[in-house]
Amino acid sequence: MKFKGYVRPNGKVGSRNLVAVIPSVVCANDVAQAIVRQVQGTIGYFHHQGCCQLPPDLKRVTDALISLGSSPNVGAALVVSLGCEGTDHARLVKEIAATGKPVEIIRIQQLGGTSRAIQAGIDAAQALVMKISGLQREETDISNVVMSIKCGGSDATSGMASNCAIGYVSDKFVDLGATVIFGETTEFIGAEHILARRAVTPEVGKKIIDIVNQMEARALSIGCDMRQGQPTPGNIAGGLSSIEEKSLGAIAKSGTRPIQGVLDYTDMITTQKGLWIKDTPGREPEILTGMACTGAQFMMFSTGRGAPQGFPSMPVIKICGNPLTYENMKYDMDLNAGLIITGKKSIEEVGEEAFAMALRVLNGEMTKNEALQYYGSIDIHMLGPVI
Amino acid sequence: MELKLGLKVHEADNVATIFAEGILKGTQVQIRDKSGNTQMLTVLNDIPYGHKVAVIAINKGELINKYGEEIGIASKDITPGEHVHVHNLDSMRGRGDLERSKQ
Repeated sequence: MKFKGYVRPNGKVGSRNLVAVIPSVVCANDVAQAIVRQVQGTIGYFHHQGCCQLPPDLKRVTDALISLGSSPNVGAALVVSLGCEGTDHARLVKEIAATGKPVEIIRIQQLGGTSRAIQAGIDAAQALVMKISGLQREETDISNVVMSIKCGGSDATSGMASNCAIGYVSDKFVDLGATVIFGETTEFIGAEHILARRAVTPEVGKKIIDIVNQMEARALSIGCDMRQGQPTPGNIAGGLSSIEEKSLGAIAKSGTRPIQGVLDYTDMITTQKGLWIKDTPGREPEILTGMACTGAQFMMFSTGRGAPQGFPSMPVIKICGNPLTYENMKYDMDLNAGLIITGKKSIEEVGEEAFAMALRVLNGEMTKNEALQYYGSIDIHMLGPVI
Repeated sequence: MELKLGLKVHEADNVATIFAEGILKGTQVQIRDKSGNTQMLTVLNDIPYGHKVAVIAINKGELINKYGEEIGIASKDITPGEHVHVHNLDSMRGRGDLERSKQ
């Protein structure tokens, strides 16, 4: 099976051909936003990190931005630096450039401030867009696909309908030789024993248990009941009573295939195939960033309550498990898996529709969140404090 | 009249999930499992869409099961037909409050 994508110099294949405007620190966001507003074909990663943090977190920010810039959906990158930040913007430029794509950098302090940096940034972004805009899609093997999966705004339908349909799609992509990534370590709590049994080796199984224990220990250290944080008030209103119940529904989206290993938050997929776990929290701005860091060309996102958000360089397909929510929010929801709940369609039927939609999106069809540009709020998950 | 439906995911479950609107106290609900077995149940509380109902008696301290797995522990005695949620189901994970009270 094939799809048509943008083949990058390093052999990776993108489903989009975007110029990424990358602020190396939160303080560069305003300049980066002005550039993105002006220049068609650009997107921005407007995160809130990059200074006054401990060294492991500063490295994590630099690593995340390198992975985002190296993503195959990005054809060229413009780094916007303030000049005095804690991230390593020289390494950022160097490592993105190592993928073979054009990279430019502007420095706000060096250029004489906001207005001059905006002007220089617009000129640079315009040149980059024009440089890559003529690139044509080429037919390429389906095994080049990296699909990320996530559930958000879950209710009781998620674990019985939309997650099951995504699980079907996940198994299908794995069987076709592609790569599938799922995460949300918080939502393994209470279901980690089932995931560990699916690990390819005892070591991978142990690693799954370890990342869950680390995540739970962080929550326990605050000394309160995790409920309200996880499950969220929306999950609880939707009928989910405990993190165990949420997790058991959440893991259905990973399908049934063996779990090959665990990736760190900023890791990019190189040659790995099959089903992988990425150690991420459950909240959207941070997990979507983590999933885009893997180089995923798109995400399949299950919801019951109605989560509308996407990610700037990774189209997000919304599969809605709740038939009432689908009707109420059909301009945000891409596919109605609520028909499984009402008994009108089987998991396999909705799974096949979702798979067909995934192929169309890989070939260039927009998702609803993309058409609405609902992808402005992103962030990078940090481990330590802001100091 | 439209059938009011509850789904029991696994045969070992002691709760089912309601997938119908307007389930008020006293409503008769048909509970189905995956094999197609059915059981009629009168609900004892108003139960919102997507929420759970006890299909058998669950004593305080007993495990509550869905998907054939533990989703929590009964914090009160629960009778068949009763709404099961955060008021009578305690999570057993992420309980920093319990950890702190042990210290």
